[in-house]
Amino acid sequence: MTPLLEARGLTKHFTVGGGLLGRGGGVVRAVDDVTFSIEPGRTLGVVGESGCGKTTTAKLVLRLEKPTAGQILFANQDVAGLEGDGLRAYRKSVQAVFQDPFASLNPRMRVDSIIAEPLVTHERLDAPAVAARVSKLLDVVGLPARSRDLFPHEFSGGQRQRIAIARALALSPRLVVLDEPVSALDVSIRAQILNLLRDLQRELGLAYLFIAHDLAAVAHMSHVIAVMYLGRIVEIGEALRVATAPQHPYTQALFAAALPAHPDERRDETVLMGEVPSPLNPPAGCRFNPRCPKVMPVCSQEEPKLKLAEGRQVACHLF
Amino acid sequence: MSALLEVSGLCTQYVSARGTRVTRAVDDVSFTLEAGRTLGIVGESGSGKTTLALTLMRLLPPAARIAGGSVRFGGEELLTKPDGEMRAIRGKRLAMILQDPMASLNPLFTVGDQIAETLRAHEATPRRAAWTRARELLAAVNIAAPARRVGEYPHQLSGGMRQRVVGAIAISCGPQLLIADEPTTSLDVTIQAQYLKLLGDIQRARGLAMIFITHNLGIVARMCDQVAVMYAGRLVETGPVRSIFNEPAHPYTRALIESIPKFGDAAERLTAIEGQPPDPAALPPGCAFHPRCPYVIDRCRAEAPPESHLSPQHRTRCWVAAPAAVGAARG
Repeated sequence: MTPLLEARGLTKHFTVGGGLLGRGGGVVRAVDDVTFSIEPGRTLGVVGESGCGKTTTAKLVLRLEKPTAGQILFANQDVAGLEGDGLRAYRKSVQAVFQDPFASLNPRMRVDSIIAEPLVTHERLDAPAVAARVSKLLDVVGLPARSRDLFPHEFSGGQRQRIAIARALALSPRLVVLDEPVSALDVSIRAQILNLLRDLQRELGLAYLFIAHDLAAVAHMSHVIAVMYLGRIVEIGEALRVATAPQHPYTQALFAAALPAHPDERRDETVLMGEVPSPLNPPAGCRFNPRCPKVMPVCSQEEPKLKLAEGRQVACHLF
Repeated sequence: MSALLEVSGLCTQYVSARGTRVTRAVDDVSFTLEAGRTLGIVGESGSGKTTLALTLMRLLPPAARIAGGSVRFGGEELLTKPDGEMRAIRGKRLAMILQDPMASLNPLFTVGDQIAETLRAHEATPRRAAWTRARELLAAVNIAAPARRVGEYPHQLSGGMRQRVVGAIAISCGPQLLIADEPTTSLDVTIQAQYLKLLGDIQRARGLAMIFITHNLGIVARMCDQVAVMYAGRLVETGPVRSIFNEPAHPYTRALIESIPKFGDAAERLTAIEGQPPDPAALPPGCAFHPRCPYVIDRCRAEAPPESHLSPQHRTRCWVAAPAAVGAARG
């Protein structure tokens, strides 16, 4: 299948600090030479800890940030070169749902204006057509028809996230970026929203870029999982393989650190020492080497490239 | 063996400014905890789990009042203790770790000052000795280079290290019971694993009892001996951790366990709990879970179910799961 979205050598550096003329500052390598693709109707899950570059990746895909190097191709078109109508078409095709539905919905707008706003800005529809689309969207995300006249504060967290999803679907996108879509929700509500997202994917053929720190949720939702550490993809491959038989020492530690689903479930208790180093000056060689339980002399000298191992790509000198 | 902590019939209410509206945040809660054991209190936001913890510590805000019940800690009643005596217990025999370490540490004082303060207040340790002890405590919570860190301010530490400092303050006076309210929610996965391991090690080394307040059943599975599931201010099910995970009796507990995605489980759909958690200020009549319960019967809408025993340790509040109701339905 031809990919819907392809990132090639995607890189984003931020300059920080520094005085006048930018001297003495540092460069944060938030995303460094990242390559992945998302096929139509499929989900790419991105996992990693704070500072690994997963949200920056989402922003690059949404074209909220410009890459320092590398490119993003959407339906074989370079996204960086888009302007005017081309850019408008891209913005319609790629939508987002964010973590906090308390922050992402305007408290002074009624639900129908919130959901209709993308339609009003992007499409020339008359009022009855807009109203019909809003009703349809409310129905699709499982909200009662009377919600349209209410304000966001009249809804619970889970219902607000449904409103945000309805708004993202208003323009019939082909790719939806989901940045921690259930982390802010109550436990009993998370399964409802994950089920809704999966149903919508099946019915509408949506592709998802699903970013979360909840590993079990990512494993459940994704077809492909990419594990990021300090701006780099350290392992990427078929979701079930990566989740059940991780190969990179970091992926292994990350999944070992995930909490058990049952008290009798005993995982191998490799607790990683230390913390994620600052992305301002990542360690030389493999960025994971100071914390790696299987570190070798070569790891601090040479940065490993992604290569095929056990049916997925791993960036580690062990392979 | 007598229990370290015995809570019975505890009720805490929030009263609105004019005294016209009463919210029952904690309603008729009873449980016991033995020395050296760990209890997990699981619930969603608004279920009253944090209010329960604050009631045990007697740290409630002015709008709250304890409307009844008793809290016996080491054989002494805490609810009737004068404030001065309570202050001597809090931070010494009874310690607490909160969710956000940046909010529980004072940004204007060094880490060493804050650990030493507790020691000086409770044990009248001389200043120099308190600082030496602070360094030892930092080493005990696995902070590298404690001699340097002890003189640093909270903003110079990472989130994981700050939470370790809070842990060091909590164990500084050798408490018998440590209450941890969502201690790892703000931490990354690998840092969370480090912190949970640290708490487990400290507990084993010092034989302290812990109460984990969390919305995460994974933490309960990892850390706890006993579980109490809280919904709308009540404990709907309590029991040993294995009984709760293997034979959950209350429909809410069962649904919570089933709604968690599991690794390698490619099942198309998760078991979802329909509806929303109720507004604590406007609870439905009868059993508060009845509007969301798939097994609801008429009685659930009218009458709140009492606690019934499934085994000596395993209790639940449910008309349908109660052994008597099962018998009556068959008869």
